Amino acid sequence: MNRSDILRDIAPVIRDHLVVCNIGLPSQELHMIDDQPTNFYMLGTMGLASSIGLGLALSQPKQVIAIDGDGSVLTNLGTLPTIANNVADNYILLIIDNGSYGSTGDQPTYAGKKTALAAVARACGCDTVVEVAAKDTAQALADALAVRRMTVIVAKCDSGNIKVPVITKDPVVIRDRFMTAVRS
Amino acid sequence: MSISEQIVRDLVANNIAFVTTVPCKQLGGVIDAVEAHPDIMHVPANKEDEGMGLCAGAWMGGKRPMIIMQNTAIGVTINTLVTLTQFYRMPLPMLISYRGELKEPVACQAEMAVHTKALLAQLNIPTYHFHKQADADELDAILKYTFMCNKPVAILTDATFWGGY
Ligand SMILES: [Mg+2]
Repeated sequence: MNRSDILRDIAPVIRDHLVVCNIGLPSQELHMIDDQPTNFYMLGTMGLASSIGLGLALSQPKQVIAIDGDGSVLTNLGTLPTIANNVADNYILLIIDNGSYGSTGDQPTYAGKKTALAAVARACGCDTVVEVAAKDTAQALADALAVRRMTVIVAKCDSGNIKVPVITKDPVVIRDRFMTAVRS
Repeated sequence: MSISEQIVRDLVANNIAFVTTVPCKQLGGVIDAVEAHPDIMHVPANKEDEGMGLCAGAWMGGKRPMIIMQNTAIGVTINTLVTLTQFYRMPLPMLISYRGELKEPVACQAEMAVHTKALLAQLNIPTYHFHKQADADELDAILKYTFMCNKPVAILTDATFWGGY
């Protein structure tokens, strides 16, 4: 299974929750698979999905799922100590770890080599960290949502991309639609 | 009332409830006052672009944000300011320690100081410079302006403003 297979699997689990989705193909794929007003698509700014998600979770009571990638977490590794030390039990960070920079042509990341992001998250102080195989991601997400405890999920999957159109929605429209969903 | 207490009073009066900080010696008093205030959630960040991500999330969640940082951070955050804060049209007051100005003891700080206003101007970021303590009387109006127009706004505070070293 690759990232788009995981996104298809988890779509029914996340569709009623607030989702902050990583730049590039992850957002484009989620937008194509199951566009929802509760989805905030990042059109730029690699690395900040987990930070935006944490700020959102700390500021309102609804459950928030940040969908990030291994490459993006590596580019903003300082996010993990901040998450660990500012516990928001309505926050789930899902790292889809395909061991590559998918959006730029699947160049390998260090997470696909010696670096284990689940161990990094634990060392940063994150209390609940689970590493799952791709096929178990939807169940792990459902479990984390049910216990309502801040959780970092590292879902290991294959690299590889599908053909998907870019998002042409205006960013202010995406943001305004999302904020209306946050308030509703 | 100290200048730090006055600044935090204005933040609270403008419903700023989420503040992220990357520390600076000059801003230490404000950061302490932010941390101590019961109406402000203080989330220290490891890097300023991370802090701007936190602020974007906080604002979409209904809390007015602010970031407190050094002017060196302008060099770190240009991509975030342009592709997140400005592209999605989000408000972000930035209380900035303007290092490298008069009374600066560290030579390297002057290297970024000479680029600070030029970079902010290039980015079309409204910029205010607090040099004398009375300049802080405009903070309330600057904050109202920021949340009126949904832009990042820079407030540069230099060593003379903070009373020197
Ligand atoms: Mg990847």
